[in-house]
Amino acid sequence: MAGPALWFPLLLAAASAGRAAALWPWPQYIQTSDWRYTVSPHGFQFRYHASSAAQAGCSVLDEAFQRYRAVLFDSVALRFPSPAERHTSEKNSLVVLVVTAGCDQFPSLESVENYTLTINDEQCLLLSETVWGALRGLETFSQLVWRSPEGTFFINKTEIEDFPRFPHRGLLLDTSRHYLPVASILDTLNVMAYSKFNVFHWHLVDDSSFPYESFTFPELAKKGSYNPATHVYTAQDVKEVIEYARLRGIRVLVEFDTPGHTLSWGPGVPGLLTPCYSGSHPSGTFGPVNPTLNSTYEFMSAFFLEISAVFPDFYLHLGGDEVDFTCWKSNPDIQAFMKKKGFGEDFKKLESFYIETLLDIVSAYNKGYVVWQEVFDNKVKIRPDTIIQVWREQASVSYMREMELVTGAGLRALLSAPWYLNHISYGPDWKEAYTVEPLAFEGGPEQKALVIGGEACMWGEYVDSTNLVPRLWPRAGAVAERLWSNEIVSNLESAFKRLTHFRCELLRRGVQAQPLGIGYCDTEFEQN
Amino acid sequence: MEQRRLGWPRLLGLLAVLASPAFATRNLGLWPMPGSVQMTPRLLHVSPDRFFIDHSPASKAGPSCALLQSAFQRYYDYIFGFNKWRHGPAKPHSEMDLQKLLVSVTQDPECDNFPSISSDESYTLQVKGPVALLEANKVWGVLRGLETFSQLIYQDSYGAFTVNESKIIDSPRFPHRGILIDTSRHFLPVKTILKTLDAMAFNKFNVLHWHMVDDESFPYQSITFPELSNKGSFSLSGVYTPNDIRRVIGYARLRGIRIVPEFDSPGHTQSWGKGQKDLLTPCYQGTQSSGTFGPINPILNTTYSFLHALFKEISTVFPDKFIHLGGDEVQFDCWKSNPDIQKFMKSKGFANFERLESFYMEKLLDMVSTMGKRSIVWQEVFDNKDKLSPGTVVQVWKSDKFPHEQSKVTEAGFPMILSAPWYLDVIRYGQDWRGYYEVEPLDFPGSEKQKTLVIGGEACLWGEYVDSTNLTPRLWPRASAVGERLWSHQGVRDLGDAYSRLTVHRCRMIRRGISAQPLFTGYCNYEDGMSQ
Repeated sequence: MAGPALWFPLLLAAASAGRAAALWPWPQYIQTSDWRYTVSPHGFQFRYHASSAAQAGCSVLDEAFQRYRAVLFDSVALRFPSPAERHTSEKNSLVVLVVTAGCDQFPSLESVENYTLTINDEQCLLLSETVWGALRGLETFSQLVWRSPEGTFFINKTEIEDFPRFPHRGLLLDTSRHYLPVASILDTLNVMAYSKFNVFHWHLVDDSSFPYESFTFPELAKKGSYNPATHVYTAQDVKEVIEYARLRGIRVLVEFDTPGHTLSWGPGVPGLLTPCYSGSHPSGTFGPVNPTLNSTYEFMSAFFLEISAVFPDFYLHLGGDEVDFTCWKSNPDIQAFMKKKGFGEDFKKLESFYIETLLDIVSAYNKGYVVWQEVFDNKVKIRPDTIIQVWREQASVSYMREMELVTGAGLRALLSAPWYLNHISYGPDWKEAYTVEPLAFEGGPEQKALVIGGEACMWGEYVDSTNLVPRLWPRAGAVAERLWSNEIVSNLESAFKRLTHFRCELLRRGVQAQPLGIGYCDTEFEQN
Repeated sequence: MEQRRLGWPRLLGLLAVLASPAFATRNLGLWPMPGSVQMTPRLLHVSPDRFFIDHSPASKAGPSCALLQSAFQRYYDYIFGFNKWRHGPAKPHSEMDLQKLLVSVTQDPECDNFPSISSDESYTLQVKGPVALLEANKVWGVLRGLETFSQLIYQDSYGAFTVNESKIIDSPRFPHRGILIDTSRHFLPVKTILKTLDAMAFNKFNVLHWHMVDDESFPYQSITFPELSNKGSFSLSGVYTPNDIRRVIGYARLRGIRIVPEFDSPGHTQSWGKGQKDLLTPCYQGTQSSGTFGPINPILNTTYSFLHALFKEISTVFPDKFIHLGGDEVQFDCWKSNPDIQKFMKSKGFANFERLESFYMEKLLDMVSTMGKRSIVWQEVFDNKDKLSPGTVVQVWKSDKFPHEQSKVTEAGFPMILSAPWYLDVIRYGQDWRGYYEVEPLDFPGSEKQKTLVIGGEACLWGEYVDSTNLTPRLWPRASAVGERLWSHQGVRDLGDAYSRLTVHRCRMIRRGISAQPLFTGYCNYEDGMSQ
């Protein structure tokens, strides 16, 4: 039997391999060995390579360095190293080399997020094309550093070359059904960065409330929010969210869903919504946006002019889902308009008329747009660069068939249908989200290339700041890996181990991520 | 003396008064609904600067009653504490003021006791200016009454604290109203348990069923057998020390909540084996022991001497009269595989393994009763036809045809606790609280006498997918539905009314620091995590 001296390195090997094998999401190429270097918490720094295009003063990276220092070492009381700890094989800096500057820009759908990470005897180097790639690499680096039971930090000799499979990796939050305090949104952005999500789809308003404080139309939030003093997002709040996201390489894709899902718009903009009739009298209730009035489009022009300026992303999400025709049908003015336009009884044509006009308005502001699948299903004339978000699981066709149809029409597609994380059930449902293969539909490579990514959606009917975090994490992590990692990374057993580890890492970073199954983490969540 | 329990028609009448247009009161979110509520339109102003809660001169309890002193403080804070920053302008002292709430305990107050299954929780509350009166036989009723009183006070649109003149007569429908937490599948920090006790008090729950240990971990630090948690806990920090347990018991007592510990055996005991050699049955593969273990080995004397010492300790550490002995889901495969067990079966003439299980459970039940404790067991122990001494409480948990099981258990004369429809760990999309709310615990075939044997129920939050990250929003306000079912009259079951009250109640819980999740779309004035 081997003596203790022989056992020691073996155990270490097991521990260290376990650590490098715990990355989430899994990188495209990784080589790692048992050879390890110590990382000294007090001496360690992130540094810019002399030939890096980004240098000190680059807000995105300067702040990321600080964040990741804190993530890595904040729990450590600084002390001087004992002589025994002064290894020759110590890594006391990660050198960052960014090829193209662009620290003050916003990330975009086209942003390059590639990076390579080289940790060997000669160097400890993070190389990336852009600052956005550097951010992804810093996250990976932070997941590579591990701590022995004695408290020493290590990093193994590792070589990683990494890039995302899909450029649009989104998470939808709904701030209309329930208002989410800004702090909840910012916290979510942090965890998104930990799992390499890069789009925050902000479903800002809906039937239930209008928390967006518009400066052009202040009455919208004044009358449409749950409480105009406390349950609104001010211009300052919105700026803060956008900048916080930018610093993490996350785009803010804002959604103002029309013509349905707009009840909360009504009180602030008289005449905007369609009055519903019962018999020959208005019933006092309202339906979707009234598509027959010029004033509607004047309002939309002015409103989206503001939105286009406030939200820097090239894309706006214009909604267009679930328009209920009952109210339109009941209204005599609408009926007259239908007749005049020759729409017959086809209210889809009326819906198309509205959407097309709206799309023209938004296009004129030099914005691209994303819409829910109904806009495509209803055969609205859309620009060829429109992005269609597929969200219906079965109706009227399976979501994979819908992906096929959308891309077959030459349009770009975003997949959400299997990732409605607000739907909960007993047990490890993350597995279902994980085993989705977004490109598993009939179609040639040119069709597959039109899938730009997907989004995990957390609709707000039953979700607010009390349960958002544990309901979202680590379940959304499953979607994050599906969208970032290679298609072949699909082994559930390995995913379970790594995601369990990632969840404990989230707890360590202060995120209230719920358990995947029975067990424990070294750091448990403690409420205040 | 007034009639204690008003019939449902009477209550309906009172509610109708509340709802009449001439007197449209706000939705206070009283939860659980008290037995009788009479309210007038007359409003009283409650000023945080002047109002206080005190003992009535007529009370059998006084300032030496620490339980009440701390409750007075707590409820003052619940009423005003979180809103002191924006209460309305101080108005001049007037007849319209409510200046104090006087609390009167009319019998031996039981200040220093632990609550028990027979604790009297009834109270009457008379709110009128300038002095309101809360009367109860025991301190336990005072605690329930203070909670109700705190729910009556609201802030008007100017922020002024206001209460309607009212009279409330209230007492629980069932004496055992429990929440089960599972600290074996995941360790729950003591803080999380204390938070849960807070929320339980807000919902008038009175039993924390502490499913302490199970297959996965043994976090209970035993004084007699320290190896059990040394080896059986997830980690050295995942342990409840004697001090932790005293703290939980004391905290619960101050809120009128009993701690009923469960040490489930002979199954669900994998974690016990790590720290106690030879306790579990070695499983065999053919003629060789396979290295795995099954349920507790019921054929060894050492097993029973161990259990005696362990339960002796448990019966001192936990003051409650009841201990939960488990007895559910015993797998027989391992017993079957073991030649020594087979031999024992033969020598005892046991025809099946249920008999062996009974043999074990009966010995354990006898042992615990000699320690002066009463036992609760899961329904299998009854189903297996174990000889149970009268008074053993059977907990019905299997959701399949549970009313039938209730009939059988009560027909055999055993008191029972209902849990089957209230497994809150089994989550679904949407408003599943409605299902919990609609359960009628006495809706099973049986005589009046059988119905009286239902001592209550428990909402169970098993821990496979629950730890301190998601326990609170998963438990509340879903468990509140069970809370009202067990406290309020049978006739209080209108879902629409429950929805509107529970919505307000959940916002109140958030203000008091409980991250209770939403029932549906909407908002609270103060949201969880909102900066003030």
